[in-house]
Amino acid sequence: MELTKKDVDYVASLARLEFEEKEKENLVKQLGSILGYIDKIKEVDTSTIAPTSHGGTSENVWREDVVVKSSQETIDALFKNAPEQDGDFFKVKKVMELED
Amino acid sequence: MNNKYEVIIGLEVHSQIKTKTKIFCNCSTDFHSQPNTNICPVCTGQPGVLPVLNKHAVELIVRTGLALDCTINKKSVFARKQYFYPDLPKNYQISQYELPFCEHGKINITVDGKTKSIGITRIHLEEDAGKLIHDIGSRQLDYSLADYNRTGVPLMEIVSEPDMRSPQEAAAYLESLKNLIEYVEASDCNMEEGKFRCDANISIRPFGQKEFGTKAELKNMNSISGVQEALSYEVERQIEIVESGGRVIQETRTWDPNEKVTKSMRSKENAHDYRYFPDPDLVPVNLDDEFIDNIKKNIPELPEARKARLINDLGLSEYDTNIIISDKALADYYETALNTANKGAKEPAAAAKTVANWIITELLGKLNNSKLTIKESPISPENIGKLVILISKGTISGKIAKTIFEDMFKDNKDPEVIVKEKGLVQISDAGEIVKVCQEAIDENAKIVADYKSGKKSAIGALVGAVMKKSKGKANPQMVNKTLTELLNK
Repeated sequence: MELTKKDVDYVASLARLEFEEKEKENLVKQLGSILGYIDKIKEVDTSTIAPTSHGGTSENVWREDVVVKSSQETIDALFKNAPEQDGDFFKVKKVMELED
Repeated sequence: MNNKYEVIIGLEVHSQIKTKTKIFCNCSTDFHSQPNTNICPVCTGQPGVLPVLNKHAVELIVRTGLALDCTINKKSVFARKQYFYPDLPKNYQISQYELPFCEHGKINITVDGKTKSIGITRIHLEEDAGKLIHDIGSRQLDYSLADYNRTGVPLMEIVSEPDMRSPQEAAAYLESLKNLIEYVEASDCNMEEGKFRCDANISIRPFGQKEFGTKAELKNMNSISGVQEALSYEVERQIEIVESGGRVIQETRTWDPNEKVTKSMRSKENAHDYRYFPDPDLVPVNLDDEFIDNIKKNIPELPEARKARLINDLGLSEYDTNIIISDKALADYYETALNTANKGAKEPAAAAKTVANWIITELLGKLNNSKLTIKESPISPENIGKLVILISKGTISGKIAKTIFEDMFKDNKDPEVIVKEKGLVQISDAGEIVKVCQEAIDENAKIVADYKSGKKSAIGALVGAVMKKSKGKANPQMVNKTLTELLNK
C-alpha cells in the first residue's frame, strides 16, 4: 500500500501530534515500510483461521464485585499526575460548543 | 401530524449496570459520593495499570439479554474505542465492537392497544465516562471541571433496530425496556441520575420509498417524555426542510429542554474515526453452558409470568393486572400490601381485589397529583394492607376508610392507630343503630311521608341523616336494613 503525506497528516491529527515538513517526509517512508511489512504478512492464507484477539491462551480473567476504596494518599497522587486541579475536580479544557 | 412521510426511529440506550464496583477496578459505583473520591490508578488511566473484568457485570448483561430473547455469544471480546475527550482519562473507552455479549433480541411494545415487536440489534458491555461540569450556577466557566467517579462504571448499551415509526412508539419502547430491566434487577434505571440514558437516530422518507432518509442523532434527552418531545420536534424540522426543497444533513443534535428545540452540535473532535481494536489488556471471555444455565435458572420473574400469576392465582382482572405489572416497583408494592391484608382477611380472593382497588384508584391518583412515584409513596404497602383488614373485618366503613387514607397519606400513620385516636370504629351494635334510626325517622316527617307514599328512593335521605348523626360511623348495611324494617312496621 502506497502511503502519502496526506495519510501522515491524518494520523497525526488523530493522535494530536504536530510535525515539521521534514519529519513528515521521514514518517511517510518509515510508516510506509511498516505497512509494506504488513502487506507481506497478508500474503499468508488465513481463510481457515479464526481472528486472534489476544496473544495468550487464558480466558475469563475476572474478579468478584467487592469494593476496595483508594486511600487518600493514592487519590492525592492521582491529582498530582494531572496538569491542573480545582478543588475536588480535575480542571480541563472546554471542548464542546453549541450552535448559537 | 403528517401523512406524506414515514418516520424511522432507532434508539440506543445506555443503562448503568447495578454492580457495587466499577467494571474494571474495585472502586465503588456509588452515585452520591463526593467528587473524585471513587477513583484509582486503573479508572483514571495511569500508565502500566491492568483492568480486571467484574464478573457480576457479565452476569447481569447476560441476564438482561436472556430476558430480551437475545442470542448469547459465549465468546466475547473487548475493544478500545479511541477518542480524545476530557471525560475519558485514558483517551480510549473500553467497549465491545465485534462479538458483543448479546445479539438479535426483541421486545414487545403496546401503542393504542396494538402490540408490536421491536428488534434488539445488540447489547454490549462498556465503561461509562466521567462527568464534566461546564458552569457553576448561572456562571459559564471558560474551562471544565472533571469528576471521574463515574468513569469506569459498567454500562450496557442496548441498540434497537430502526423499527419504530413514531415518537409514541419510541416512548413505549423505552417504557417497556426500562420496566423489563427493572424486573431482572440489572439496573436501577434512574433517569435523573443518568442510569438510563437514550440517544435517538431519526430520519423521514416518503411513504413507499425503500431507502432510509439521512438521519440525525439526538442527544441530551433526560426523560422519556423528553425523548418523545425531541423526536416530535425533529420530525417537524426534517419535514419542513424536505418540503422547502432542502436536504437533511447527517449530524448530531442536542435537545434543549427549555427552548424545546434540537440544536446542531459542533465538536472540535470532528474526526469520528474510532480505530477500534481488541484490547490487549483484557483476555477473551468464554462463557460455558453452566454459567448461562445458572443465570437462566435464577432469572427473576418477568412481567408476562407475573401477569399470568396475578390473573390465574389471584383472580385479578386483566385491566387491573396490566396497570400493576407495568412498573415492577408497583407490582412489588401491591404484593407486599396483599401479603399483609391476607394475614387478616377472611377471604384472600376478596382481599386481592380490594387491595388492587385501593392502590389503583386511590393511591395512584393521589401520587399522581403530588407528582410522586410509587417508590416515594408516603403510605407503606403494609399500612394499605392493614386498612383493607379494618374494612374487611367491618371495623370501619368504606367511607371512613377514605378519611383515614387521607390521614395516612400525610404521614404514613398506622390506620389502626388513627381509628383508635379518632374514635372511628364503626357502630355495628344493633340497639345503638335502631336508636339513631328512630331519631332520624322522628326528625324527618316529610321524607318518611314521601317514602310511605311510594317514593322508595327517599330512604337514601334518611340513611344520609343517620350517617350524619353518627359522624359516618354507623354500619351502612345495617342502617339500610334497620330503616327499612322500622318504616315498614
